[in-house]
Amino acid sequence: MNKITKYIYSAAGPILSIIISLIFGAVLIALIGKNPIDIYTKMFSDTIGNSYGFGQVMFKSTTLIFTGLAAAFAFKAGLFNIGAEGQLTIGAFASAWVGITFVNFPWQIIIPLSLLAAFIGGAFWAGIAGYLKARFGSHEVINTIMLNFIAMALVSYIVNNIYLVPATIHTPEISPESVLLRFDILTGMFKGSPFNLSFPIAIGACILMYLIINKSVLGYRIRTYGFNPFAAEYAKMKSGRIILWSMAVSGGLAGLGGLNFVNGYKHYFELGLSENAGYIGIAVALIARNNPFAIIPVSIFFGILEYGGLTVNTLVPKEIVTIMQGIIILLIIAVTKIFEKKFKVKTV
Amino acid sequence: MREQTANSVSVQLIDIVKSFQAGYNANDHVNFSAYPGEIHALIGENGAGKSTLMNILYGMYQADSGKILINGKEAKFRSPADAIKLGVGMVHQHFMLVNTFSVLENIILGDEDTFRFDVIDMKRSKQKVIELKKSFEINVELDDISGGLAVGIQQKIEILKLLYRNAEIMILDEPTAILTPQETEELFKTLAELKNSGKTIILITHKLGEVLAISDRVTVLRRGKVTGILKTNQTSSNELAKMITGRSIESQVIKKSAGGEKIILEVNDLYINNDRGSLAINGISLIIKEGEIFGIAGVEGNGQEELAEAICGLRKISKGTINIAGIDDFKKSIAHIPANRHKYGIVKEFTLEENLILGREKEENFSNGWILNNKKINEFSEVIIEEYDIRPENSKALMEGLSGGNQQKAVAAREMTKNSDLVVISHPTRGLDILASEFVHRTILEESKKGKAILLISSDLSELLKLSDKIAVMYNGRITGELDPKSTNENEIGEYMTGLKSNKR
Amino acid sequence: MKNFLLIFITIFLFTSCGKKENNTVTDKSKIKVGLVFDVGGRGDKSFNDAAYRGLEKAKQELGIEYEYIEPGPGAEREAALRQFANRPDISIIFGIGFIFTDEITKAAIEFPDKKFACVDYTYDSAKTLPPNLVALEFREEEGSFLVGAIAGLMTKTNKVGFVGGMESPLIKKFQVSYEAGVKYVNKDCQILIGYAGVTGDAFKNPGKGKEIALGQYNDGVDIIYHASGVTGLGVFEAARETKKFAIGVDSDQNDEAPGFIITSMVKAVDVAVFEVIKEVKEGSFKGGRAETFGLKTNGVDYAYTEKNKNLIPQDVRTKVEAIRKEIIEGKITIPVK
Ligand SMILES: Nc1ncnc2c1ncn2[C@@H]1O[C@H](COP(=O)(O)OP(=O)(O)OP(=O)(O)O)[C@@H](O)[C@H]1O
Ligand SMILES: [Mg+2]
Repeated sequence: MNKITKYIYSAAGPILSIIISLIFGAVLIALIGKNPIDIYTKMFSDTIGNSYGFGQVMFKSTTLIFTGLAAAFAFKAGLFNIGAEGQLTIGAFASAWVGITFVNFPWQIIIPLSLLAAFIGGAFWAGIAGYLKARFGSHEVINTIMLNFIAMALVSYIVNNIYLVPATIHTPEISPESVLLRFDILTGMFKGSPFNLSFPIAIGACILMYLIINKSVLGYRIRTYGFNPFAAEYAKMKSGRIILWSMAVSGGLAGLGGLNFVNGYKHYFELGLSENAGYIGIAVALIARNNPFAIIPVSIFFGILEYGGLTVNTLVPKEIVTIMQGIIILLIIAVTKIFEKKFKVKTV
Repeated sequence: MREQTANSVSVQLIDIVKSFQAGYNANDHVNFSAYPGEIHALIGENGAGKSTLMNILYGMYQADSGKILINGKEAKFRSPADAIKLGVGMVHQHFMLVNTFSVLENIILGDEDTFRFDVIDMKRSKQKVIELKKSFEINVELDDISGGLAVGIQQKIEILKLLYRNAEIMILDEPTAILTPQETEELFKTLAELKNSGKTIILITHKLGEVLAISDRVTVLRRGKVTGILKTNQTSSNELAKMITGRSIESQVIKKSAGGEKIILEVNDLYINNDRGSLAINGISLIIKEGEIFGIAGVEGNGQEELAEAICGLRKISKGTINIAGIDDFKKSIAHIPANRHKYGIVKEFTLEENLILGREKEENFSNGWILNNKKINEFSEVIIEEYDIRPENSKALMEGLSGGNQQKAVAAREMTKNSDLVVISHPTRGLDILASEFVHRTILEESKKGKAILLISSDLSELLKLSDKIAVMYNGRITGELDPKSTNENEIGEYMTGLKSNKR
Repeated sequence: MKNFLLIFITIFLFTSCGKKENNTVTDKSKIKVGLVFDVGGRGDKSFNDAAYRGLEKAKQELGIEYEYIEPGPGAEREAALRQFANRPDISIIFGIGFIFTDEITKAAIEFPDKKFACVDYTYDSAKTLPPNLVALEFREEEGSFLVGAIAGLMTKTNKVGFVGGMESPLIKKFQVSYEAGVKYVNKDCQILIGYAGVTGDAFKNPGKGKEIALGQYNDGVDIIYHASGVTGLGVFEAARETKKFAIGVDSDQNDEAPGFIITSMVKAVDVAVFEVIKEVKEGSFKGGRAETFGLKTNGVDYAYTEKNKNLIPQDVRTKVEAIRKEIIEGKITIPVK
């Protein structure tokens, strides 16, 4: 089998499962007495059919790219980072804090500073989970889940007690210099949507992950450890360090996701801004098979699902949309596995 | 061998083609047949396509084209389960036993008959296993836990597993590579029994002596093609070797002068626990000097692996010391060819070139400490491929797609070219063909000439006798004999190995 | 394999062609309302459902049509508002909850031709409201004070409880004024406070609500007032289980656990929603202002109906009514922080 047919086969799985779940969804919609064609038409035309809708999709996707990368990066080391939700929240808050605190700085300084803060915030938070695993062997799934709760509570506490604008659930605005401009202002396209400059940063993060994983000594060690921890031990790699670093970078990527909302959209930190992106990111990484570039289209696909759900919310109860999303994810995973077995295809 | 007629053929593979990568056929229009009551040897160099062909017969792989006939009838195998239904069974080079199960459980579990009514009829099953044991004279304790049993015994379990499933056609992929001479002898006795009862045995091996000793016919593969089908009693070792490699080989006798005076490795009164917490090494002391090859013989499981792992820092020691001259962080620069290459030696998801820098990724040649120098890595890999004749000649080939022997070559190449004063080697030529073995032997001698101290663990006694300056025999976690290779022989070593003899304490 | 792609493309084309025929016939004369719920969404038996009742009533009595969206947290609120604002057939858009304050203000400025109304809008007197936006405010502190008084008068253990949803200044207001009401009638009464969490999810977690309530009941509390959205359903469950009392919030929640819910602090969200729609229909809608609903206009109250009458003794009723009068006359100042 040559390379191209292999790629076609490995793309066929996801596509087939999308079709199956669309059919399944149609049955569900028909069962509640609505016309599936109408619903799907609306879903398509309102998401990828017009520039505003597409901007909304891309806005959602931007966060998902970051959280997808976070999950994928940890997966490379064989680790499950379930904590992107908390890491993103910490990163978002750190970035907002920079924007609120250093009001007099020009954008040339404060934007890099915000990026750094978001990255370090998330990295620190995931680093704790990594440290606990490396030092005491406690499982990273438990660690990251617990740290999610702690992150939410901690940030909430700080916001409520120190930074809250009364009678809202958000902080004061960040300095205008730290704003990542929206594309509708920059280009006039995607009018009204919050699609912003965080997206190119997300693309940059994909490239960064690719370089770290494939071109660096650290990435080589992370992959070795992820595929075969015994070989890593044999090669005298320090597993503790690998765990710590891969969790930290993973968390940092999730933390950067906070920029999209804080610096790109609302210009303040708002409680609950993570919108489950941390968890959806895990599904994104799974379907993209941890390939940093495959994460981009998969994120956009999930952006369509998410925003598409909202666009048909007036016609279909939210629960139906959620059920459909769940089925699509399960199907994609199952069908790709079947394809893998049957045609022995694998994407690296 | 009995006279055979065409319709008594039990296995017939017709015009099999299988390709994993465009442009090269791992099996290239292969025809193969075997009869009931025959031991048929399948030989050929590393990567010739032996395992691939047998995996097709066993239903693990599906051929791109060609036919399989079992007892004259065409068969289509989609999985090993299909093959077993028609009586085809295979013992892989890597055993697939569940460590925590008892021997009996391992034999009967997974068989459909056992589970027919969702109840395991233990009594009846056990009776059947006992009968099989008796009729083929296979000695294993059914109630032992499988993990930790000697490989020879694990192999017997695998064979019983096949018999229990009523296999009439039994494939054994390099069964003797990991066995001691005694174990090999026992295996061959069993195979003879099986043959006499009318089973078809297909045996893959690199050891021509074994081929001549036990097989009835031989099929030779080279680069995916059949280069010869012979009656064993009408051929010779030389002829076979020529068919395998395509040229005649002369076994060079290379000798070298003994080592220098500088002590490189000093092990003092060492005690080590094994994975189950009992003593594996029970007070060992040894010294290896520069340029010296120190051979360790022993039946597998007598502490050799634990010793090697401890020296390389992979296992905690409970008492005693290990000193390595001139190096503080000595563990870093020890070269180590591990016995269990699938666990330690390779990352099967990596490409060949990525595997060639495992543990060496920070070397100046391969990175600046942070960024990998992929160009240099690739150049290095091309050189190694050429020098060690690794196939396919493709740095980007995935390791899991390499044949067993070629994987071994890659590990050996990486470790032998590593810049270190001490090389710990376990079974360097396990699974290698004749040429590759010769090459690795030459490399070991050359590296030792450069002054490297080498600890050589092997179950291949001729290998030990050929290379070592000193031979120590391990039995029950102790060194029970120190022998001079110039004045000893395989028989004597064997007596020390089985605990019959001891020249220490 | 080609078959799959073919099917996919066919479906895609099919659905995108369908677009053109999708113009459902709408009666242009009819007013269409778009309403965006708070995070809790429909079915909270409380705040959001009250808004929904207002919609239903308007449909029955005014003959309007409506559509609604239940957004998630984060960016979905604005997206939902915009979705309605972009629709030519929709003339008035509601946001339910203080959380909409920023987004609805922005939307009102950007879409001057649409009318907007926001329940619980956080009114900042320093800023001017857009002329097409009406802010609907409720004096929950007045209602909470009254139910606090009821709890303080009726407790037998001299211990009452409060369960809040997300810990935030808004819910704090319920808590503080409730406490003040309790103390106003019963100085030594002890008050236990619990919150379900610190995020929006704390309004959607009945399990947590039950857990907190059971804890308080075990500590001797016999009446709990909740201000926690769906989470409160767990409080009622706990009351039913331990045979203690609870006080509902936002709507009359009596039906959730009849016999165990003494009363509810009722916010007439339905009335507010209905009134605004009526104004739009009659052409008397006036934006740029805040409309406050308090005890005086029956915008907030405590539930006292056939269903729960027998739970509140006459003397308590008399005392509480007296307090109501005092509040309306401005004789009592109620703390909110
Ligand atoms: N799963 C696979 N994917 C890709 N290539 C494979 C795979 N299995 C085998 N090959 C290739 O097929 C050829 C034959 O391999 P095979 O394992 O059959 O050799 P072999 O004769 O058993 O060698 P050895 O003596 O080293 O075990 C080799 O070139 C090998 O690289
Ligand atoms: Mg092989």
